[in-house]
Amino acid sequence: MGSSSSSLSHIPDGQQLMGETGFSAAHLLRLHERFELLDKDSRGHLRPEDFEEIRELTENPVGGRIIGAFFPPEKETLDFPSFVRILAHFRPTGKNRSRDRTQPEPANSRTGKLKFAFKLYDQDRDGKISRDELLQVLRAMLGLQVTEEQLQSIAERAIQEADLNSDGAISFDEFKKSLEKVDIEHKMSIRFLK
Amino acid sequence: MSLMGLRRHADLWLLGSAMLLCCVSPLKAEVKNSEHESHSSSNITGVPIVTFKWEHVEGPYLVALWVLVCFLCKLVIEANHHVTNIIPESALLICAGFILGGIIWGADLQQTFKLTPIVFFYYLLPPIILDSGYHMPNKLFFTNLGAILIYAVIGTCWNAASLGLSLWGCHKGGAMGELDIGLLQYLLFGSLIAAVDPVAVLAVFEQVHVNEVLFILVFGESLLNDGVTVVLFNVFDAFVTLGGAQIDAVEIIKGIISFFVVAFGGSLLGFVFGLLMCFLTRCTKNIQIIEPGFIFVVGYLSYLTAEMLSLSAILSCVFCGVCCQKYINANMNENSVKTVKYAMKVFANGSETMIFVFLGISAIDKTIWVWNTGFILLTLLFIFIYRFIGVFIQTWILNRFRLVPLEFIDQLIMGFGGLRGAVAYGLAVMMDENKIKEKNLMVSTTLIVVFFTVIVQGIIMKPLVKWLKVKKAQQSELTLIEKVQNRVFDHMLVAIEDISGQIGHNYMRDKWKNFEEKWMMWLLMKPSARKQQDHVFNVFHQLNLKDAVEYVSEGESRGSLEFIRNDSAIIDFKKKLGDDILDAMPDVTADTSFDHGVVLPDRRDPVPSVSLEMHQQVNGLREMEGLNSHHLLQEHLYKGRKQHRHKFSRNHLTINTDEDEVQEIFQRTMRRRLESFKSAKMGMGPPKIISKHTKKEQQKQKIQLFSDCGSYSSDFEFSEADSASGYDPSYSYRSGGGIENPAFMADLGPVVPVQIPPWLAEAELHSGAVSPSQRAQARPPLSAGDLRRLAPLRISTRSTDSFMMADIPAAEQRRDSFDLPPPPPPPPSKDGRHQ
Repeated sequence: MGSSSSSLSHIPDGQQLMGETGFSAAHLLRLHERFELLDKDSRGHLRPEDFEEIRELTENPVGGRIIGAFFPPEKETLDFPSFVRILAHFRPTGKNRSRDRTQPEPANSRTGKLKFAFKLYDQDRDGKISRDELLQVLRAMLGLQVTEEQLQSIAERAIQEADLNSDGAISFDEFKKSLEKVDIEHKMSIRFLK
Repeated sequence: MSLMGLRRHADLWLLGSAMLLCCVSPLKAEVKNSEHESHSSSNITGVPIVTFKWEHVEGPYLVALWVLVCFLCKLVIEANHHVTNIIPESALLICAGFILGGIIWGADLQQTFKLTPIVFFYYLLPPIILDSGYHMPNKLFFTNLGAILIYAVIGTCWNAASLGLSLWGCHKGGAMGELDIGLLQYLLFGSLIAAVDPVAVLAVFEQVHVNEVLFILVFGESLLNDGVTVVLFNVFDAFVTLGGAQIDAVEIIKGIISFFVVAFGGSLLGFVFGLLMCFLTRCTKNIQIIEPGFIFVVGYLSYLTAEMLSLSAILSCVFCGVCCQKYINANMNENSVKTVKYAMKVFANGSETMIFVFLGISAIDKTIWVWNTGFILLTLLFIFIYRFIGVFIQTWILNRFRLVPLEFIDQLIMGFGGLRGAVAYGLAVMMDENKIKEKNLMVSTTLIVVFFTVIVQGIIMKPLVKWLKVKKAQQSELTLIEKVQNRVFDHMLVAIEDISGQIGHNYMRDKWKNFEEKWMMWLLMKPSARKQQDHVFNVFHQLNLKDAVEYVSEGESRGSLEFIRNDSAIIDFKKKLGDDILDAMPDVTADTSFDHGVVLPDRRDPVPSVSLEMHQQVNGLREMEGLNSHHLLQEHLYKGRKQHRHKFSRNHLTINTDEDEVQEIFQRTMRRRLESFKSAKMGMGPPKIISKHTKKEQQKQKIQLFSDCGSYSSDFEFSEADSASGYDPSYSYRSGGGIENPAFMADLGPVVPVQIPPWLAEAELHSGAVSPSQRAQARPPLSAGDLRRLAPLRISTRSTDSFMMADIPAAEQRRDSFDLPPPPPPPPSKDGRHQ
């Protein structure tokens, strides 16, 4: 552990990041390696193009959106702390290392995870998933197997199911409610290797 | 109430036991008598009119009777819910077995019927195993496969070794008195009793509804460790045969190798048979009737082949079921899939029932009972303790690698769920008396362990689950948004793993999925089935079907389908209705009134000729509502139409028409939803679909419809053709210009003349007068008559051909296609309230 914490000093704000995201030093080191690998020109930040280099990601139907989620609007670059903060959404929910009351909402909580998922749909960031936004995601995922009008009716029905206040769109609260029974903690977590 | 139950209970018991006595006690005498009879009958010169030939049918007859008796036991037990709520069914079945065994014992003074290993392993067990494999929740199973394998392999070995060694130690310590059992025999005993039994576990866990991860762990373990325990048993059996002196390191290594070869070979064989099964169902298009038979035969063959090759038959059968389920379900016709599922359940449940009953019966036999307090009690104790220790240690290791660690409570339940069952008993009976002197002691101990775990632990399990507040399974309703979201989650996790640059579980799954889609599906799935593979879409399909069924049953229960328009549909519609629709309202209402007039009289003719049955169902309704109902029934009560078609093709199964019907219901519902949504969002037009349904075709149909306007069948053909064409009609309508509400033109019905002939107008007036309820749903506060007069006028201002053609059917559809989505917009005031 001693060697890893010594190399942790390479990482900017290493200790603070650990506390903030709940990643262990080993995790951070591995992620930092990955970050540097993605950052081919060693600029110290990533651009969307760097993500597009990952071949599997381009084949992923929601890949583009995931990449988008890493880049907040009107920002073209991503530094390591932001990179880690976003990945932290996918840490398994559990007993957080830091029982810090100053951070009421860790990224890997249920709500944090759901917020991330919600943002994938909500491209115009108006706090609502409109029918068109849902349709776009569906189109990407179902693709050629399903005809356009079937897609539309699926989207319409899905919205109807979740839409509690009948405004034809899904707000975050409605989104959360519709997924009440889904084991988000499990389904939106991966085991980060050390 | 309870007295009645008791009496019924007693009656059935009497019946059961009487039958039993019939088949058991006179049996011997009968056999002797019939010998005499047959002997004497040869002396008789005349032709006997009837003869009593018991010995001809004895074997199968007894089997059938026993099956019946076992089923009756289950029937009696399941009739008493208050008892099964406390005591699990499996325990009650064993008790029923005790009683039956007692009766046989009383009649015969020996146990004539026992659970023999042959019957158990070759006939009763395979259906259960195949069923478990086939109904295995695949994703859950493979996600937790690592944990399951560890529990099944290491856990079983641990149980076997610890029990065998501890008992041997206690024996050496003198806790059991004089027994002729060596270390190897203890280990043999340990291995046969090590495995948790899937039958017993399922019987208990299905009733307590624990969360799915816990369930799959316990169930998967119990299923796989049966295979493991059989292998272990065989290895130790070989060791015992060899004798302690001959065993050296080489033999032990051979034993270990054999263990892995048998286990993995069995699994592989099952996989191969699974593929074979998929491949077979790919080609069974023309013999759909016996399609389900393939599943059972090939599944059984996988079991027998593995047995023949001395591989693990249980593992083979499990993996056969696990591998094939996805593909055969896609390949086979929907009805065949249902048949397979039900038949599987019938066999499995029946076998399970018989196993438990016969376990009980087998216990009532003086000859097998040897009591050794030390041995029996120590076995019970060790089994219980080592199970817990094993689970805790393994879970502790597993939790370091698990995404979601198993909680302590889950571990307790897992430990407590270590029920032993019939497999152990079957193996115990298989032991060779010549090699193992204390076989009877082992058999009776096994029985006691089985009874103790199934009955005592089974009874405690339910209160324990409640008391520990174990996370229960969520009984979630099927919703589309959830399915969509789950899919997004899957993709998301893969993407995140890609980004974070690790090859994790999701990455592997994604790779496997790609491989599967590319190769496996191509090889094993029908081309047509491949297209319908999308899960989200299938869910959507199912939901729509469910809706359709609900509408109909709701309507039937109320005696009228009126409500569909009044309640759910309109509310649904209103929910969507925005301000923007108000502009279009006058036109909408005009359309409505227009078709009121035109369609109703036109419809009168075709309906009675459709089907007598349908007519009868409508009979009870008021005549005023009759017409309404006719339309709605036509829309929804597909049964009538199916029967109607039957007449023409009685010799064929209705599978294909059924498919059409389902397809049709589905398409209609879907279109309706789409329409209603679109009408709410006025601006949005239907997408341009490449249409094979040309104008020419429409015209042709129009002509045809004119020629036999009253023909019901042509009506339906038309709607089918229409559904094939996608959105064509409404699209052409649009292009015709002046579209107000595309929602009103989903289905084409028979085309009717544009101008309202006087006779129609009259009828229309009439209908307007007699069916206020129709009116009520369709009419905003505007005067209906005015609008109706407006309608033709409006239409006459339009000129395009295509419009003419599309408009009328569309308008017609308003009335005819069930009126669900596009009711007229509510009045502005009302609408405001809804906003």
